[in-house]
Amino acid sequence: MSIWLTFLSKAFTMGMTILYGANGEILTEKSGNLNLGVPGMMYMGGIGGLMGAYLYERAVETPIPLVGVILSLLCALLFSGFGALIYSVLTISLRANQNVTGLALTTFGVGFGNFFGGSLSTMAGGVGQISTAATSGLFRAKIPFLNNLPVVGELFFSYGMLAYAGIIITIVLHWYLYRTRPGLNLRSVGESAATADAAGINVTRYKYMATIIGGMIAGLGGLYFVMDYSTGGWNNNGFGDLGWLAVALVIFARWRPLNVIWGSWLFGALCILYLYIGGLSRQMQEVFRALPYLVTIIVLVITSLRKKREDQPPAALGLPYFREER
Amino acid sequence: MTPMIEMRGITKRFGKVVANENVDFIVNKGEILSVLGENGSGKTTLMNMLAGIYYPDEGQILIDGKEVVIKSPKDAFELGIGMIHQHFKLVDVLTAAENIILGLPGKMRLDMKKITADIRALTEKYGFEIELDKKIYEMSVSQKQTVEIVKMLYRGANILILDEPTAVLTPQETDKLFAVLRNMRDQGHSIIIITHKLHEVLALSDRVAVLRKGMSIGTVETTTATEMSLTEMMVGEKVVLDIERPEPENQELRLKMTGVTCVNREGVKVLKDASFECYSGEILGIAGIAGSGQRELLESVAGLQAITEGSILYKPKTRDWVELTHHTPEEIREFGVRLSFVPEDRLGMGLVANMGTTDNMMLRTYRDGIGGLLHRKKPQEMSERIIKELGIVTPGPDAPVGRMSGGNVQKVLVGREIASRPRVLMVAYPVRGLDINSSYTIYRLLNEQKKRGAAVICVGEDLDVLLALCDRIMVLGGGRITGIVDGRTATKEEIGLLMTKSDMDEKEAADHE
Amino acid sequence: MSNPKVREPLMHIVKRDSMPLWKSILVRLIAVLLALVVCGGVIVLMTSMIPGKEPLNPLKVYAGIWDGALGTSRRTWVTLREAAILLCVALAVLPAFRMRFWNIGAEGQVLMGALGTAAVMIYGKGLPPWLLYTLMAVCGILLGAVWGIIPSLFKAKWNTNETLFTLMMNYVATQVVTFCVIFWENPKGSSKVGSLDKAVWLPNIFDNKYLLTIVVVLAIAIIMYFYMRYTKQGYEIAVVGESENTARYSGINVSRVIIRTMALSGAIAGVAGFLLAGDMGHTISTGLSGGRGFTAITVAWLGKLNPFTMILVAFFLVFMERGSKQIATDFNLSESASEILTGIILFFILGCEFFINYRVEFRSRKHAEEVVKA
Repeated sequence: MSIWLTFLSKAFTMGMTILYGANGEILTEKSGNLNLGVPGMMYMGGIGGLMGAYLYERAVETPIPLVGVILSLLCALLFSGFGALIYSVLTISLRANQNVTGLALTTFGVGFGNFFGGSLSTMAGGVGQISTAATSGLFRAKIPFLNNLPVVGELFFSYGMLAYAGIIITIVLHWYLYRTRPGLNLRSVGESAATADAAGINVTRYKYMATIIGGMIAGLGGLYFVMDYSTGGWNNNGFGDLGWLAVALVIFARWRPLNVIWGSWLFGALCILYLYIGGLSRQMQEVFRALPYLVTIIVLVITSLRKKREDQPPAALGLPYFREER
Repeated sequence: MTPMIEMRGITKRFGKVVANENVDFIVNKGEILSVLGENGSGKTTLMNMLAGIYYPDEGQILIDGKEVVIKSPKDAFELGIGMIHQHFKLVDVLTAAENIILGLPGKMRLDMKKITADIRALTEKYGFEIELDKKIYEMSVSQKQTVEIVKMLYRGANILILDEPTAVLTPQETDKLFAVLRNMRDQGHSIIIITHKLHEVLALSDRVAVLRKGMSIGTVETTTATEMSLTEMMVGEKVVLDIERPEPENQELRLKMTGVTCVNREGVKVLKDASFECYSGEILGIAGIAGSGQRELLESVAGLQAITEGSILYKPKTRDWVELTHHTPEEIREFGVRLSFVPEDRLGMGLVANMGTTDNMMLRTYRDGIGGLLHRKKPQEMSERIIKELGIVTPGPDAPVGRMSGGNVQKVLVGREIASRPRVLMVAYPVRGLDINSSYTIYRLLNEQKKRGAAVICVGEDLDVLLALCDRIMVLGGGRITGIVDGRTATKEEIGLLMTKSDMDEKEAADHE
Repeated sequence: MSNPKVREPLMHIVKRDSMPLWKSILVRLIAVLLALVVCGGVIVLMTSMIPGKEPLNPLKVYAGIWDGALGTSRRTWVTLREAAILLCVALAVLPAFRMRFWNIGAEGQVLMGALGTAAVMIYGKGLPPWLLYTLMAVCGILLGAVWGIIPSLFKAKWNTNETLFTLMMNYVATQVVTFCVIFWENPKGSSKVGSLDKAVWLPNIFDNKYLLTIVVVLAIAIIMYFYMRYTKQGYEIAVVGESENTARYSGINVSRVIIRTMALSGAIAGVAGFLLAGDMGHTISTGLSGGRGFTAITVAWLGKLNPFTMILVAFFLVFMERGSKQIATDFNLSESASEILTGIILFFILGCEFFINYRVEFRSRKHAEEVVKA
């Protein structure tokens, strides 16, 4: 029993990074931008958070955890937002190809993360020596009392603040997209920029805002991974393919944030399932690790088969908008 | 009384083409005004300048007596002008209500209940039937049109421009629309409808403004007008064109279409029970209002349009009948049918815009090379010959055709299609957008094909040209063949009436039911 | 009469008809130069972070890059071979891109190709060399092609989004490879296959261990140039890519072209996998492709889908990458520095295309022109 409880709780933490990434990408894609730079922006957010925390804790004698958290958060947002800004300028203003630009951003961001991660390690005196105990400690602080409850405590109250923030952000994003006027306007931009333009919506501004804020949300995923999941340390290429799983989850969730909550849990579970099924050979474990991608492909094929309009990608996804071409 | 809208001396050019020349135009408060004219007479262009899509080169626009500048659709909204285009500007996956409030300022929170109630109040006032929670993609064309109209009214439009609103409606839907428009007029709105259907003009409008070749011909009260008088204003005096028309020789039956029906993606019948025959050595013209099934007719012969009923047969010179029905263009070619087709969408279908003349020549013949290799020598010679013979202006045979002028593009396309010495040659709007000289080149080429014994089918929009060029003219109305007349004896009025006939008949039939 | 033109927007963007070749080359050169300047600055910044070392003089940076990429004959050969293999993957995505089919699954197709080759290398020991090499090539190409065909079938039949499908296929391929690596691992428990027996390596030609890959890839580049330009299939690909409507009009079977082209695309990726496993890595691992499948996409795109321009782009990117890696080693920096620099260069080149394709018109100038015309 308790092993499965641990499994569910671990699946949740594993999925949290994916949840952030997917939410950021949903916001971005709703504006018609397919940003394949998610992994890059995650790395940038993660290393930004780590740098903020580490440099602060190095600079002062007795670091105050709250200050560390704030600095870490700001740096993460700044770095990942910067990555998304580069993408936005190139694709929205300069109309560069979205796929190619996104992939270039991933190259850049992953290199950026690994480079500064490596440099921080060198500064700290070697790989695995980075310590941000105070800041990471606060990031990871569980909810007092509640977390000691049996079963429910482990399942629902044993996570750090960013996990709860992730759920809140998802709900807010859903509310924004489907229950507010700007959200409606944003969706129309992603569906048909020309229609939105004719209705008096500032297409360029919506695209920029959605892409940059989306990048920042993805960056928070990196921050969660580094400061919470990895307890404030750095591992080169440690993110693995979490960034691409986030892109996959967007398809799986059919562009609806509320689906991301259970979807990320499921993806997290699929990622670590092999550890919890007894008697698996190491090879079979690898087969299990392909599950999230296989499931995504199946969902992708089924949605294209069913042709249900609500489940399709935003109609203008990947297309640049050029008003004079109408 | 100050007119609601006054346009003074409006001129708009696109490159060398003059779309509107020195047009004066007045709309009064609380009236329905029809803007009448043939295709290409500049109706839509003129109205687009009110809607902020285009900007006039010369002239003034006055709203309520004050001069205004309309440089974007947003400006037009603010002046209370709303235009409903032929291609609706709606987001498919959103509901009607969501589309209606798109981009409007208001509270952050989207209170759909209140919004729906607001819109409902408006629709009830004018008597619209509309399901506000329905998604656009689930709607019929007429429902979408209603959404567009409500969208404009909700934005406070008191001047409503509708571009050919009935082109896509059934007679019953048209009646409903007219009732709503009259209702709106009675509440003080001004309504402009762009059309070329005479009976609608007479049935609906208070006044009619007639445009011809970009110029305003005059405005008349509907009560004093008749179909005959309006037709005369619209088409003008018969223009005598100096187009050669040799007598048909050695006529043989070449193509036979029987009872062909086509359905478009929305499930609407776009071609209904069409039957005709076409002979070698003649030019068969096809007249009709745009979108009456011309494209489907030609494409079904070419194997590009799926047909639900009927058959298409081709008679080669020496062999027996060949069935073209339900075959792909590739198969039709393999049957040895020498069929050439100059489609309406020249750069989107007939040619590849980014390729040079030579590579475009190969589109029809690239399979001829030995083995897997392309044989560029013949196409190269062919493109050089065509460039020389037709006087095509291009930097060279490898320069992308997309950068050429419209006339040169058309010469490349027609040149390629006749180079294969077709038995059947189909051309759609062959001189659209072309200057006089290029147009005459095309007429000459069509006549040459006729003389060598090809069966030529020519879809056109200028009745003067069709009457001067064609031996027989087949008229399409609402997807139906409404008549075939002799090109030498028919009059424009006769054809004009046939063009609108089908709708009227159906409407009457429906009324009797 | 009033002149309302004054209130037209201040500037607007117009599509250019065409730009003279020299001008477009100039724009790109300027972009590359700007990128180099920024890269130099970034390297200076990075090296100044290392405590106790003097920051690097920017000019020395460029000298260092040159030295790292082409400083010795061995480095030059390595650089050339790296450029060749990157070019090979870029040549793989070329036909798909020409068809406007977004194959971003080259990474997976390369891995599957390498897997096929490695399988033959493992089980085919002792076969006569000609048979061994043939089987290695055939298996690699076949698996790469299969991996390319799968998404194309769905695209042709149900119009399934190929960008996302091929992206996902990369990771399925990674897992398949991991599965096999564990199956073949040596020594047991290491999760590595390790360097395979020298007997199954592809042979050296002209006593040079770098030349084989380079020669094979150059041959493919020439064949692809020829294929795209002078064959019926290449022509069909171009027509389908430009306009499916036109393709149907001229009787091209669009579905068939899509599937055939993706088979070709996957097959060339398979060749890259074959070379990586058989000639360069002599092993199989998930890291064998090393992100080339993604970099290759930018190579193809920036090379304007012309095999010969792509040679230059691939060489330039590899040159910068290897040069900056050398600098990183010299200064004890992380090797990832090269990825940052690659990213920066790509951003600049991607951005400069705008100035080749569009022109920004300002109101005053346009207005002035009109006055002159009048």
